[in-house]
Amino acid sequence: MSLSITSPAFKENAALALADVDLQQALTHVERGFIEKRRKAAEALPEFEALRDEARAIKEHTLAHLDLYLEAFEAKAQHAGAEVHFAETAEDARQAVLAICRRAKARTVTKGKSMISEEIGLNDFLEENDIAPVETDLGEYIIQLRGEPPSHIIAPAVHVTRNQVEQEFRRAHAGLDPERDLSEPVSLLAEARAALREKFLAADIGITGANFLIAETGSSVIVTNEGNGDLTQILPRVHIVLASIEKLVPTLEDVSTLLRVLARSATGQDMSVYTTFSTGPRRPGDPDGPEETHIVILDNGRAEMLAGELREMLRCIRCGACMNHCPVYHAIGGHAYGATYVGPMGAVLAPALFGLEKTANLPNASTFCGRCEAVCPVRIPLPKLMRHWREREYERHLKPAAERGGLKFWAFLAKRPGLYRLATRLGLAALSRFGRQDSYASLPFAGGWTRHRDLPAPAAKSFLDQWKASR
Amino acid sequence: MPPSEVAGQTGKAPRVGLFATCLVDLFRPQTGFAAAKLIEAAGARVEVPERQTCCGQPAYNSGDRADAAAIARQVVAAFEGFDYVVVPSGSCAATISRHYPALLADDPSYAHRARALAEKTFELTAFLYDVMGMREVKASFSGAVTYHDSCSGLRELTVRKQPRALLASVDGLTLKEMKDADVCCGFGGAFCVKYPDVSNAIVAKKVAAIEDSRAETLLAGDIGCLMNMAGKLKREGKNVKARHVAEVLADMGDEPAIGEGQ
Ligand code: SF4
Repeated sequence: MSLSITSPAFKENAALALADVDLQQALTHVERGFIEKRRKAAEALPEFEALRDEARAIKEHTLAHLDLYLEAFEAKAQHAGAEVHFAETAEDARQAVLAICRRAKARTVTKGKSMISEEIGLNDFLEENDIAPVETDLGEYIIQLRGEPPSHIIAPAVHVTRNQVEQEFRRAHAGLDPERDLSEPVSLLAEARAALREKFLAADIGITGANFLIAETGSSVIVTNEGNGDLTQILPRVHIVLASIEKLVPTLEDVSTLLRVLARSATGQDMSVYTTFSTGPRRPGDPDGPEETHIVILDNGRAEMLAGELREMLRCIRCGACMNHCPVYHAIGGHAYGATYVGPMGAVLAPALFGLEKTANLPNASTFCGRCEAVCPVRIPLPKLMRHWREREYERHLKPAAERGGLKFWAFLAKRPGLYRLATRLGLAALSRFGRQDSYASLPFAGGWTRHRDLPAPAAKSFLDQWKASR
Repeated sequence: MPPSEVAGQTGKAPRVGLFATCLVDLFRPQTGFAAAKLIEAAGARVEVPERQTCCGQPAYNSGDRADAAAIARQVVAAFEGFDYVVVPSGSCAATISRHYPALLADDPSYAHRARALAEKTFELTAFLYDVMGMREVKASFSGAVTYHDSCSGLRELTVRKQPRALLASVDGLTLKEMKDADVCCGFGGAFCVKYPDVSNAIVAKKVAAIEDSRAETLLAGDIGCLMNMAGKLKREGKNVKARHVAEVLADMGDEPAIGEGQ
C-alpha cells in the first residue's frame, strides 16, 4: 500500500479549497490566532533571537555528527531496555511496527500524534492487517472520524470548524445525549475524552511520535497540550516510538534550549502543557510504564538529504510557524498540498520523501515572500530550498514544454541587450496598434493574469528609449 | 560609504548606474525618470547603461540557473564601473545584492566581481536615505496614501523606515497605514500567472486592507506588486490610484497613475 499523493492536482485542490466556505472560516484562526501569539511570545523574551541562533547551531552540530549520535542513542536506549529498529524506507517502518503488533497479539493500538505515522500511512496499513488504530489527540481523533489526513503539522484538524466537529461527534458517538450542549471547545474535548477513555484501557499497544531523541540518555521526548500522549505510552503493555533520524539531539541541555523556541514558535506558549521524557520500559519498582519499549527510527530519504543542499531542512523541529505565516497556506489550507507535509516546510520536504515528479507543484506554489524564513526558529532558508527543487525540476525537464519554451525565448532575448531593445520596441509598437488602452481586461496569452485582474498597459515607448531621447 | 567620502576621493559627486528593471522599462517609464530625478537631487550623477535588460529573476525563480547566471554576468559587466547601482525595486535590488554572489560563486572570473557589485547595489529609497543621507524631498502631494511593503525589499533588504521617512517630508501628504502592510500581495512573479486562483485570493485580501485604510493612493516600491494590486483594484472597481513611491517623492504624483494611461 502506498500513501496517496494528490499534489499533481494542486491547482484543482486549491480551487476547491478556495470555494469551501467552512474551510475559509476555519483558516482565519491560523492567520489571526497563531501569528499574534507567536509575535507576543517572541517579544516577551529578549533573548529569543539569540535562542534561535543557538537552536540552529545545536541542530547543525547534530547533523554534522549524526552517525555518532545515532549510535550513541541506540546504545543508551538499549541499555535502558528499549529495542531500537532502524527503518530505511516507509515499508520497512510499517513492517517493523506490524511485527511488534503481531508478537504482542495486538488488536487495538492507541496513538498519540505522529507525523511519521502519517508519512508512512500507518493507520490504513494497520487496518488492512486487522489492527484498529485509535487516535487520541483531539485533532487527530477528529480527522480520523472524518477519514482525512492532517491539514497542519501541529493542529491537524485546524481546517474543521467547531460546528463540523459537533456534527461529527453526534454522528459517531452512539449514546450521545442529543440535548447535551457541545457549543464550547471544552465540552467537545470532554466528549472526546469520554469516548476515548475505554479505548485507552483496552489498547494493547500505544504508539507515539517523538519531538526529540536524546543521545546522552537514550530518551524520547514528546510535547502535547492534552496529556493524551502520556496515557498512550503508559497504559498499554507495549510502547512504540515512531521517529526519524533528524530528531536526534545530543543532550538534555540541548533539548531544553530547543523546547524554549519550539513552543513559542508553534503556539506562543512558553512551554507546552505536557513535556514527557521516556527512557526505556518500566524498571523494577517503577509505579507505571510499559513492559516493552520499541523505537523505530525512519530514514525514508533523509540520509540522502544530509549530503546535499537540502541538509538544512533536517534542522526542522516541526513547529508549524512557516505555514502559520504563509499567505498561500492561509488561502488554501493544508489538504490542497496533498503530500502529508504542508506549507513551506512541506514544499521542501515532500519532494525529497515522495519524489519531485509527483510533488513539483509544491515548491512552485510560493510567492517567495520570505515570511516563513523570517519566523523559522532554526532559520531554515525555505525559499532557497524551494528554489533548489525548481532547479531540479528544470534540469530534469519536468516543466510543461510551453512554459519552458517561453522561458527559453525570453532568456534568449534578455541575454542579448541589443536584440532585446529591438524586440521590445517592436512589441510595444504592436501592442499599441492592437488597440491603445490604459489597461486590459483580457489579452491573448495573458489569461493567467487577466482572469482575476486587469493588466495595466505597457508604455508606448520604453524607459530606456525615452531616456536616450531626453538626454 | 557616505557621499562625502566618495566626493572626497574623486572630488566629484558619486556616479550612479540606474538599473531601471524590465518592468519599469516596459510598463512604467515615469518611475525611471522619478528615480533619476531623486538620485540627482540627493547629489549624485546618474547614468542609464544601455546594456541592461532584466536582473534575471524570471529565470532564477523558475529554476533556470544557467540563464540566470548568464544574465547576472551581463549585469555585473554593465554596472561594475559605477560607484553605486540603484534600483527602483526591492526584489531586483535583492537579486543583485543578495543572490548574484551565490549565483556566480563558482565562476572564477565573476565571483569576486559579483560580490563587489552586491556591496554597492541599493534599493532606491535605501540609497537615498541610508547612503546619501537624504532626509527630505521637495515635493507636494495632496491626499492620503498607504504604503505596501514589498516582500524582498522588506525582508531581504530591511527597507521599511526609509520610504516612510521620506514620505513624511512631502507637503500635504498623510500616510494611513493599512493592516498587514508587510504581508505579501500575491504577485510572486510567475506565481501569479501559474497559480492565478491562489494569487487572486491573496491579492483580494490585500485590496480589502487597502480599502480599509481609506487612503486614496496606494504606494509601493516595486512595479510588479503595484501592477498586481492596481489590476485587482481596477477589476473590483475601487477608486484607489496606484503609484511607485518614487513618483510621489520626485513630485511627479500628478501624472497618470498605474493603469490610467501615460
Ligand atoms: S521549517 Fe522551520 S518554521 Fe517550518 S515547521 Fe520546521 S522549524 Fe518550524
